[in-house]
Amino acid sequence: MARKLLLEHINVPGINTLDVYRQKGGYRAVEKALKTLTPDEVVEEVKKSGLRGRGGAGFPTGMKWSFLAKPEGVARYLVCNADESEPGTFKDRYLMTYIPHALIEGMIVASYALGAKTSFIYVRGEMMPQIRILERAIAEAKAAGFLGKNILGTGYDLELFVQPGGGAYICGEETALLESLEGKRGNPRIKPPFPAIAGLYGCPTVVNNVESIAAVVPIINDGGDEYMKIGIGRSTGTKLISASGNLVKPGVYEIELGLPVEEFIYSDEYCGGIANGKRLKATVAGGSSVPVLPANLTLKLANGEPRLMSYESLSEGGFATGTMMGSGGFIAFDEDQCIVRNTWNFARFYHHESCGQCSPCREGTGWMEKVLHRLEHGHGKMSDIDLLVDVSRKIEGNTICPLGDAAAWPVASAIRHFRDEFEWHVKEPIKSQETNYGIAKYAEPIAKPEVTTEN
Amino acid sequence: MSEKVKVTIDGITVEVEPGTTILNAARQIGGDIVPPAMCYYSKLQGSGGKCRTCIVKVSKGSEKDPRPMPKLVASCRTTVMDGMEVMNITSPEVLEARAGVVEILLINHPLDCPVCDQAGECDLQNLGYEHGLQKTRYEFERRTFERIDIGDKIQLHMNRCILCYRCVFTADQITNKRVHGILNRGDHSEISTYIQTAVDNDFSGNVIDVCPVGALTDKTFRFKNRVWFTKPIDAHRNCPTCSGKVTLWYKGEDVLRVTARKDIYGEVEEFICNTCRFEQKKTADWVLEHPTHISDASVISSNHYETMIPLPVIQENLALQEANKVELEKTAKF
Repeated sequence: MARKLLLEHINVPGINTLDVYRQKGGYRAVEKALKTLTPDEVVEEVKKSGLRGRGGAGFPTGMKWSFLAKPEGVARYLVCNADESEPGTFKDRYLMTYIPHALIEGMIVASYALGAKTSFIYVRGEMMPQIRILERAIAEAKAAGFLGKNILGTGYDLELFVQPGGGAYICGEETALLESLEGKRGNPRIKPPFPAIAGLYGCPTVVNNVESIAAVVPIINDGGDEYMKIGIGRSTGTKLISASGNLVKPGVYEIELGLPVEEFIYSDEYCGGIANGKRLKATVAGGSSVPVLPANLTLKLANGEPRLMSYESLSEGGFATGTMMGSGGFIAFDEDQCIVRNTWNFARFYHHESCGQCSPCREGTGWMEKVLHRLEHGHGKMSDIDLLVDVSRKIEGNTICPLGDAAAWPVASAIRHFRDEFEWHVKEPIKSQETNYGIAKYAEPIAKPEVTTEN
Repeated sequence: MSEKVKVTIDGITVEVEPGTTILNAARQIGGDIVPPAMCYYSKLQGSGGKCRTCIVKVSKGSEKDPRPMPKLVASCRTTVMDGMEVMNITSPEVLEARAGVVEILLINHPLDCPVCDQAGECDLQNLGYEHGLQKTRYEFERRTFERIDIGDKIQLHMNRCILCYRCVFTADQITNKRVHGILNRGDHSEISTYIQTAVDNDFSGNVIDVCPVGALTDKTFRFKNRVWFTKPIDAHRNCPTCSGKVTLWYKGEDVLRVTARKDIYGEVEEFICNTCRFEQKKTADWVLEHPTHISDASVISSNHYETMIPLPVIQENLALQEANKVELEKTAKF
């Protein structure tokens, strides 16, 4: 049984209350950080831990904190991005529902490290119960003296606010989130300047994912060096994975990074295999915006070695044979699922959520959605497949924010790996409406590339 | 005054003030290497970055950090660094991406140029002519909206809109009360006034001039004439609200419309008021100066095309000649 850092006490009754949370060692990190460490030492610990952003991009959190501009006389802000809306990801909601104090404790420590006197938790509008839970937890923490003026007698003041969003996916993009938090239309800003220089209300701001902030707590409790020992290579620590799809036991799991994908899917400790005794056809390893992979490439790298759940191993092989860790939204498809339909579904989502600011994403996502709709419903043409690849290439990299990339990658990768299935939809328009393409060769082991000697 | 920085665009080096954008540096050089801009407007703060037609490749970041930028960047919002090297028309990658953007801008455009008042002075038309494909690959119904009258002098035809946000910035910045903005999201977005409130302001007519396409049109000129049959003449008058410097568009002896004076990039020199624009339509109201010189390669200036001279860097390099085939053929034609 691997060690759990975030969800260790998740099954303790009443862990959502301050009293039980404190009995289990909660708010030790606040006391340790505020009383014994300077803000810079906290940043240094997080840097040492090698913690990488858990929101999707995987940027080292300590590095992000050290980039924060610190001009005299200007307020600094910490904003927690709890606008979790990536299809397939629900780890932050789980964390906030069951153990809200972990987030609040992390917020206090992180705000202290950054010198922020006011911090915000921007929660997606649909998560009203979680907003109520957080507000109650903040009130408890405030009553116990962990928030407000002169925390624990150290002279550090912090106010923490929960802000409900309007439920737009785009507001999970950090600059759009800041716009929305300022009360404007949630359009991503054009970077530079980056939020670390000019963020919320033009002041230096750090935006972190819920899980990244919660992970600061064990880092401070045990020290950055201890945290770094968990995990593999540059992927340190543990990660919450939201497993969904055709699995025996879908849910949120805390894994140590470096766990083999095969073990994650099939072991009884985690997902327990594919539901109803079927076979795995494909996976989306990190939320809807990462490339989809067939079963054989999910479990094994192109060179035949087992693929691990880590930032590096998942992206091994680049876009040709790899995918990404993303936000940890693990979706499994069994042999009866239709990849074309799924790709259309994702495209429909991105079309609906595009903010409409820059042209390639505004028009291109709609175009892809329409072509995929036609393919899925048996009206497609062979040329549509290449058209999709071309359109996705024209969106990718040419947009203001990463939503354009996120819309283009699933389509491009689905066609790259499942072209047969797309072609079958064109060739068999009637049959494709009644049956599924099935698993075909997607689970067969990949032929090992022949070893070629350079000389 | 801080020291000037050196930037090289398509092999031509220019010294500019620090903080200048790549697009403005290119405009200082002038000629073919200036990236087209549909949403950027130098007179409007915060504009740009949206249409993505001005994308360029930064092949060398700066003298200090010579790494190239990983993605194509929007030249209107990227500031130059000392020693930066930029490729615009010398990069096939840029031209391909730009053609992609043009295609994407056109998929929901009605292509009703034959009945559009903007035809002949439309940025999208010029762009489509230079980069666009002969026919569209889009086979679906195009997005349509009802025409809306915003005020009694301006008509909004959302079908043609490319959502450049210029008119929103104009309303925000040069009129004192903002009355319109963007509604909805994604490709359902539309420019609109809230519950069709009339745009009623001395300077509201400028949204017509800043619109790069025919989405906002002058109702006093609508369907009166094709722009290339009219003769533009610079004129001025003593106006209590604005500078009074305008261009009059004549057909015979009648002034068909009045617009602000535009520079070679289609940007107005000075914003004008609604009285000058909509109400002073008699020659007697104005002091005429001289015929407007339009150096743009558009149909309005059909009698004075300027000769285009290919850049030295293109003339020497065969690969670049191939990449700029279309441009060069156009030059040869003139």
